[in-house]
Parts: sequence; structure tokens; C-alpha cells
Amino acid sequence: MAIPTDTLQQQEVKLSKDEISRYSRHLIMPEVGMEGQLKLKRARVLTIGTGGLGAPLGLYLAAAGVGHLGLVDFDVVDSSNLQRQVTFTTADVGKPKSEAAKARLSALNPAIEIVSYETRLTSENALELFRDYDIIVDGTDNFPTRFLVNDACVLLGKPNVYGSIFRFEGQATVFGYPGGPCYRCLYPEPPPPGLVPSCAEGGVLGVLPGIVGSIQAMETIKLILGAGEPLVGRLLLFDALAMHFRELKLKKNPECPLCGQHRTVTELIDYEEFCGIRGEEAPAMTNGISEITATELKARQDRGEKVFILDVREPHEYQICNLNGKLIPLGELPRRVSELDSSVEMVVHCRSGKRSADAIQFLQTVGFKKLWNLKGGVLAWADEVDPRMPKY
Amino acid sequence: MAVKVLIPTPLRQFTGKQPSIECSAQTVGEALGSLTGTFSDLKKHLFTEDGKIRSFVNVYLNDEDIRFLDKENTRTKDGDTISIVPSIAGGSGFCKKFEC
Repeated sequence: MAIPTDTLQQQEVKLSKDEISRYSRHLIMPEVGMEGQLKLKRARVLTIGTGGLGAPLGLYLAAAGVGHLGLVDFDVVDSSNLQRQVTFTTADVGKPKSEAAKARLSALNPAIEIVSYETRLTSENALELFRDYDIIVDGTDNFPTRFLVNDACVLLGKPNVYGSIFRFEGQATVFGYPGGPCYRCLYPEPPPPGLVPSCAEGGVLGVLPGIVGSIQAMETIKLILGAGEPLVGRLLLFDALAMHFRELKLKKNPECPLCGQHRTVTELIDYEEFCGIRGEEAPAMTNGISEITATELKARQDRGEKVFILDVREPHEYQICNLNGKLIPLGELPRRVSELDSSVEMVVHCRSGKRSADAIQFLQTVGFKKLWNLKGGVLAWADEVDPRMPKY
Repeated sequence: MAVKVLIPTPLRQFTGKQPSIECSAQTVGEALGSLTGTFSDLKKHLFTEDGKIRSFVNVYLNDEDIRFLDKENTRTKDGDTISIVPSIAGGSGFCKKFEC
């Protein structure tokens, strides 16, 4: 049941005296032993994303002695990452994530080779990047990249250790294992952007990616060792609030366009387009909606003009910071619209401008006309007007 | 037939935050119909305009995917559990692609 790889068998490697001491708790387990530890040392694992899921993954894989680790991330460390991305320290804020993660993992285990790729994974570079690795671990945070990782893994015949999270809920499985299902067998198509939960329902409890990323690390190590039952053909669902694990059967879909009997996807495609992202952005932001900048709004207030402010965020967001506006969360707007006066001029805002644009579109349909969208939301207010205002 | 429908986190906002709903139904389709009858906002998240289950939402009867059973016509037994399993993409907690 070992993974299909040339490198695991071919290279002659040994453990140094220091390594034997370091990995002794593995070496004394018959399920790992010297043979298993050498498999780990020969293994080549590529992690896509060094964020919430990538943090425990990277730490455990490096600690376990996976000999060749690749880290792909184009992002830089932000202070809001530190609540869950435990590879990074406060001093890393502003640094490229792939570099900061490499430094942290090298400090943890100097005996392994770590390569950082400070790049966005694209249809152009994915196959080339994946080719040098035995196992790909998907720790990304968006649908286009999930489909891209899946498709590239299936095309190259490499296992894809999958994990994803939302608020208190996690999913994990292994796709792309020989004979097993792929991500498209489970979900042939991505959700259209309009039906993806927005930030209002977003967020994640910091420990959750720690748990799901650790499950991915465990499955990766099991695949390398050929030990136990891999999480293939099974979707593990984790509900942290209920502290409940469930398992559903995943079957290979004979109709799968990528790995089924009649394949229609034979090369990597444009995943942003596939996920409907390009078409969605433009009309949502410009469709007959007038914008006002934070600076302009402040100037009007300073001139003594009475501008009614409607805040369509959630109450817990209002508590973080607000512009003293009237709070009606976007989801409650249809049934609370009678609380608003359509005869007065109104500036609508949210965190960064998307939900308020949706609110304005709705208000326009029920006859409101004097509407302005605060461009960039409270984030822009904090940048342009009030630097003391916290950003989130 | 009393069945239990488990509501995943992203859809709980449409069920008054309830994590599961009990209903009486002979088939999976009936159970989902009863659910969206009670919680109408849920409908567009589960079904296309022509009434098919959306391709990014999977429905399980106990631990089996109904696509490989009898789809919406899959018959239910007393005490069965129906799970709605939508695709979630999160890895770090903020939706970068859908900044809002």
C-alpha cells in the first residue's frame, strides 16, 4: 500500500547519530522503525499554503523528519494571522510567509531540506512545481486553487491530502490516491461566488485549523510509511462545537470529468473563470452605485452636513469599531427596511464595501434613491480618516 | 418516517441557527422539501431554479451519497440521518477572493 513514488525506493540514505537521537521515539515504534524513518527522510512533500492549515502541517512534517519539504505561499504575514498560524511570531509580521515558515521549520529541524516558493500557484506553474514531489498537501483557502491542486494532482497521479475549514467545522480526506476519488468526484462544480458565505459569516476559531492541519499531517505521514488505513474514499467531518467526528463514504464518480470514464478535462484550465470570479466582481461593484470616499464623508460631516449612516455589518463587528451609524445587518435588511427613511441621504457601509454594495442594490429595488456606498468601508475610514480605529 | 437532517455550519444562518431539523418524510427529496418549506431562504442554496440539488452540495443518507443511491427518490427509514455537505474552501479564515 505504499505510495507510488520512485524516490522512496531509489535513494540510499542513512540516519546520522544526531538524527537517531532526534527520531528515537519513532525508531522504537515498530510501525515506523528505521525503515519508516528512512522513508520519511527520502519523502518529498509539497504544502500549498503556509497559513492556518499549513502551520501545523509544516511543523509536524518537519519535526517528523520529512526530508524534503516545499512551501508555496505568495502572501505576507499579517498580525491577524497570528491568532491561528502558529508557525509565525509577532516579529514575522510583514515578512513573506513562505520565507518566514522556512526559517521557523529550519530552526526546528536543520537536517531537512526546505524550499520556499514565494509565488501564487497558477495553471502555468502547478505541474512543474508538483512534479518534484511525492505528495501534495492542500492547505489553501479558496475554490479556484482547490480545483487547481486537485486537477494537477490527478493529471500527475499524485495523492492530494485535503483539508478545509469553516468557522467551527472541518473536512479532511485524501484525494487522487490510485483508484480513489478526486475532489471533482465529490464536487463537480464550485459554488457561484454569490452563494459563498461572506465575511459576515466567516472567521475561524484558531484551534480548528490546528486540528484539521494535524489530521493532514498524520495522513501524509501514513501515506509515506504505508501504515494503517489511509483516509481514502472517506470524508472526515469534524464539528468542533459538538466535538464530533463523522465519516461519510466517498466514491469515485464514473461520470467525473477529470478521472471518470469519459474525461473532458485533460489539462489545467482557467480556474478563476471556472469558479465564476472574474465575471462576478465587476458588475457587483459598479452597477449604478454611487461611491463616496471616507475622506469626502469626513469633509461633509465637518461642514456640519447631516449624513445618515447605515452600517450593514454584524453586531459583533460593530463592537470592534463603528462610525456611529444605525446598525442593520445585511441579512436583516429586507424585514427591517421600514426603519429607514428613503427621503434622507444615506451612506451605507460595511467592512470593505462589498456587503454595503449588496445592501444598496437591495434598497434600490425597494425605491431608495439617495444612496452612497462608503468606498472601502471602515477599513478605508481607518486608513484615511482615523488611524486610531482598529482594523480587522 | 421520522428523519433527522443535519445542517452544516454555513447554512445554519438560514435555519435559525439550528444544527439539525427533525421531519417526517418517505424519501430524501421529501425531507429536503419539508426543510425548505419551513426555511425558505435555504432553498436557493440547496436547489437550482429547476429544482435539482446543486452540484456543490452533496446530500448523504446516513453515510452514503444519494447520487450513488436513488438520488432524491432514495427512500428513508425511521431514524435515518440526512447530511447536507456543502463544499467549503477555507484554510485560514478570511475569504480573500470574496473580500467584503
